[in-house]
Amino acid sequence: MYFEAIGKYFGMLKEVFKMPQKKKIFWENFFREIEDLGLKSIGLVGFISFFIGGVVTIQTARNLSNPLIDKLYIGYATIKSIILEFSPTFVSIILAGIVGSYIASTIGTMRITEQIDALDVMGVNSKNHLILPKVLATVTFYPLLIVVSMFLGGLGGWVAGNLTGMVLTEDYLRGIRYSFEPFDITYALIKTVVFAFFIATIPSYFGYYVKGGALEVGRAATKAVIWTSVTIIIFNYILTQLLLS
Amino acid sequence: MIEVKNLYKSFGDKEVLKGISATFEKGKTNMIIGRSGSGKTVFLKSILGLIQPNSGHIYFDGRELNKLSINEQRKLRMEMGVVFQGNALFDSFTIEENIMFPMKMFTEMSKAEMENRVDEVLEQVELSGINDKYPAEISGGMQKRVGIARAIVLNPKYLFCDEPNSGLDPKTAILIDNLIHDLTVKYDTTTLINTHDMNSIMEIGEKIILLKDGHKQWEGNKIDVFHTQNEDLNDFVFSSSLFKKIKNIVQKEGKFEL
Repeated sequence: MYFEAIGKYFGMLKEVFKMPQKKKIFWENFFREIEDLGLKSIGLVGFISFFIGGVVTIQTARNLSNPLIDKLYIGYATIKSIILEFSPTFVSIILAGIVGSYIASTIGTMRITEQIDALDVMGVNSKNHLILPKVLATVTFYPLLIVVSMFLGGLGGWVAGNLTGMVLTEDYLRGIRYSFEPFDITYALIKTVVFAFFIATIPSYFGYYVKGGALEVGRAATKAVIWTSVTIIIFNYILTQLLLS
Repeated sequence: MIEVKNLYKSFGDKEVLKGISATFEKGKTNMIIGRSGSGKTVFLKSILGLIQPNSGHIYFDGRELNKLSINEQRKLRMEMGVVFQGNALFDSFTIEENIMFPMKMFTEMSKAEMENRVDEVLEQVELSGINDKYPAEISGGMQKRVGIARAIVLNPKYLFCDEPNSGLDPKTAILIDNLIHDLTVKYDTTTLINTHDMNSIMEIGEKIILLKDGHKQWEGNKIDVFHTQNEDLNDFVFSSSLFKKIKNIVQKEGKFEL
């Protein structure tokens, strides 16, 4: 059963990655998806990142309370956790929940209300028309979103450190600069692009092949979020081993 | 003209179409009738290419659907207009954008030309002035007419309507029937209508095919309906006492006129 689904998923991708029938319509759809799947997520991602950055700083400061340990390690640990793991992986899982359920339910609703059949009988490649703009929108925009998340996470850590008095600005900034490795950002962005691809394609698959009514669309959205999250977690491990070990 | 030869389709062990053959003529309203579960939706979707039949042949003016390449099939589909049972309007688009979509996708018309064409088809379906509304803002009958407007915007050679009257009040249903019939005559399209609405059959049924359990049980026109001895058809058409009485009157008078 799983092999059949995986085969069907790759069959879908084969149709998705074809030249769009009308480039003008493709670009219109692409910019609409940037707005729906990307810009509309900035607020929530920024909010979560800011506060998680603050929490990580407080927790790290609490664990490094030994006076023999330099305070710069608080900023260092905070920024490392945000860049390497929180922003690319956990924000992607949050996006899998928000955007994944949105994609699965919109495409699923189009399926059960015959809108996809309407595209097919008009001679439109419905997979390419509906899914390719989503894939390109997430793959190009999410790296930017993750950079914003990294910045706000770091900012949240600095604000929390100052508000609680657990770490001074100078120590925090020293920590950020200490042992900074540009490859960390590259690693995070590579992961983000891969996860963005899954966030667009897995929910599209569940939505596109839904059968039944509103209940099944709801179930498809739930399954889409679960399988996207599971895939992200597995690929997080694989990519980390490939890129960092 | 659309010709269907020996069409078979099954889902698992369940045979839904059992060797149906039929010819649908140009410039006529061809109706496929039958009870729920008789196979008429599967039959229509097979002709549209949305369902792959197990065997059989479907010809569109001599072009066999299954022998066409994907690109040729897409070109053929541009000659088709389809009115879906649930309208299938794109709910994130305005009425104008819905009707414009096939033109934007398949023609090089300028925006002004497309807008003119949208106004023209909206006038034909008697819905002028609703261009900027969204499907959710108009009634079911209006949505159906917008669906027809979108289906005819590229002047299709083949028009398919799946249960065009379902969920509509009798007056709107008759309006839709007459609209489909007028468009069929005006543009000389090959029109296929999937229905179990008796009023539609009596109103515009120029060629009628009755399906039962995946077989073609009867073929004729709306006048033949009153004179046939076919039990399945009589059972289907004259199940209501009103139609039984009409049948008796027609058989006594020996003629049928509307």
